Amino acid sequence: MLARHYIGESWKHGLLIIGALIVLIPFYMMVSMSLKSQQEIQSISGGLVGAQEIQTFPVCTKHGYTEEVCTMRPYKYNFWFAFKKAPIPRYLMNGLIVTVSIFLIQVLIALPCSYALAKLRFKGREFVFSMVLFCLLIPVHAIALPLYVMLAKAGLVDTYAALIIPWTISVFGIFLMRQFFMTVPDELIDAARMDGMGEYSIVWKVMLPVAIPALLAFAIFSVVAHWNDYFWPRIVITGNRDLFTPPLGIREFRGGIDSDEFGPMMASIVTVTIPLIVAFIVAQKRFVEGITMTGMK
Amino acid sequence: MGTISLKNINKSFGSTEVLKQLSLDIQDGEFLTLVGPSGCGKSTLLKIIAGLEQQNSGDVIIDDKNVNSTRASKRDLAMVFQSYALYPHLTVRKNLETPLKLRDYSFVERLPLIGNFVPSRKEKKKSIDDLVFKTSETLKITELLDRKPGQLSGGQRQRAALGRAMVREPVAFLMDEPLSNLDAALRVHMRSELSELHNSLKTTFIYVTHDQAEALTMSTRMAVMIDGELLQLDTPSEVYNNPSSLRVAEFVGSPKINTFAAQISSDGSVEFMGIKLERKFNTNSQKALVAVRPEHLEITKDSNKPAFEATVSYRENLGSDIFYHVQVDQSDFKIIVRGSPQAGLISNGETVRISLSHAEAMLFETSGERIR
Repeated sequence: MLARHYIGESWKHGLLIIGALIVLIPFYMMVSMSLKSQQEIQSISGGLVGAQEIQTFPVCTKHGYTEEVCTMRPYKYNFWFAFKKAPIPRYLMNGLIVTVSIFLIQVLIALPCSYALAKLRFKGREFVFSMVLFCLLIPVHAIALPLYVMLAKAGLVDTYAALIIPWTISVFGIFLMRQFFMTVPDELIDAARMDGMGEYSIVWKVMLPVAIPALLAFAIFSVVAHWNDYFWPRIVITGNRDLFTPPLGIREFRGGIDSDEFGPMMASIVTVTIPLIVAFIVAQKRFVEGITMTGMK
Repeated sequence: MGTISLKNINKSFGSTEVLKQLSLDIQDGEFLTLVGPSGCGKSTLLKIIAGLEQQNSGDVIIDDKNVNSTRASKRDLAMVFQSYALYPHLTVRKNLETPLKLRDYSFVERLPLIGNFVPSRKEKKKSIDDLVFKTSETLKITELLDRKPGQLSGGQRQRAALGRAMVREPVAFLMDEPLSNLDAALRVHMRSELSELHNSLKTTFIYVTHDQAEALTMSTRMAVMIDGELLQLDTPSEVYNNPSSLRVAEFVGSPKINTFAAQISSDGSVEFMGIKLERKFNTNSQKALVAVRPEHLEITKDSNKPAFEATVSYRENLGSDIFYHVQVDQSDFKIIVRGSPQAGLISNGETVRISLSHAEAMLFETSGERIR
């Protein structure tokens, strides 16, 4: 009986472990390759960190640096050279500007919309909500071309605006926050009205603080999606390298004379991924705090 | 001042009529309870008074001013909600300050950061602090001021919600079942506290409840509402002893009043279950209903008294009282009789004789109207 129980359990765990490995192995390889030398990467040797022998890197000298400068341990070289080759801080900054602006404007628009859809009674509310649901079904790629044409006509291609404007109205955000607001008791809103708040004050001073856990969930979706987005920046940023977002920046490492040097390339990918992982860990902690803080059932 | 009068209020949600031509005059300083079963429209009526809900027709008049088109916050009323509706992200102190800040501060003074530089704000802030402190002292919540609602017990949240209503010193308090989320013992305790609060504030209280015990114990007058209509508005003792219709008589009083089919003879004398009422009634009907409260029936051993026989089927011992559910005539017809514990327990299945302890009983038409 007990043995059979364990067999049943281990079967489930085995399956889950395989799933976890499929997700984690690319991460492992990314970190490992960002630390090892080119020879170790190509010969698939050296385990996680490699031997870390001090050596001179030929690609480095080809770029015109002295041999003395180009002699160091592989992990140091990979990261140093990644930052030398592309303005990674600039790309990270662009990513930050774009994702934060998108998220803030999305909240600015989604909160009043979802409040109205959840808590105000007006004619056509159900229709408007069904339109929101309909918009959820439209894939980005279907409207990419018309959007690009519009932005091009407005002269906005190769600007931050082109990266931000198309994403400012998030139907997903409206939908998510509306569902959350439905669970907020009407009495709280009535109390705020009795206290003399207008509808906008209610949105920003009552609903926003109450909705922080839901907003954090939305923030994870929104920031991850736009930080990692390659498709849209690739379309609207045509020439200006100063506007490259991190995924576009990584592309810099492909092609050219040193196209097969994986170490610095992986180092740049690690650099781009780390902010997201840190943000996620921080948000996850706040997420739990947010729920306990509200004191709502 | 806090007189409120409602004139011919109608309200419907879609095709369901919730309030039908309801008129009500509330005097200054009274504790008026709106009582009725769930769904009778009492909460809707309260929201209409508050201005949170708009009536379809009719007038709401507060202190001789028609407030039909006045916003909720400008009516100078304060409301206490069933779920307390405290702002969960603010401390109790901030919760109490909010209505005052919104009322007293100008738009500029309310702005974050910039507001701090407006000179007039300092004075106002001081008067707000004083009011919050005074209120918290009255309600004994001063030591809770820096906690958030999530860290308070039910009773403490209740007090904080009361405090938020009180700080504004409104013309009237509107309370929507404020005690129904508390446990039984605390509820009884808060009843007396609310009555004391009403005595010391001398402000109009309008209190909505489905619990007739709350209505009977606290109010100066109670308004019994059933199905969107105001059936009776009177003092609790009048409503209890002298209900205007059978529906009121059945709703008010626990356990429920007993009703018997009765025959009326041509001279106006009434007889039910073989018992003849002493009083004669002036009516043309031949059939009517006699209603007798459980405490006006007694189990008698006196064989001279007019009485009927019944079998005890269930005994409810409340300590101070015992209620016997008895079955009459082997049929499904059950009535409830109060017995005193001193008389000794009667066990289930025993046959007893039941008579009227007071000679008086109330008589109603079969349609429910009172025959006086």
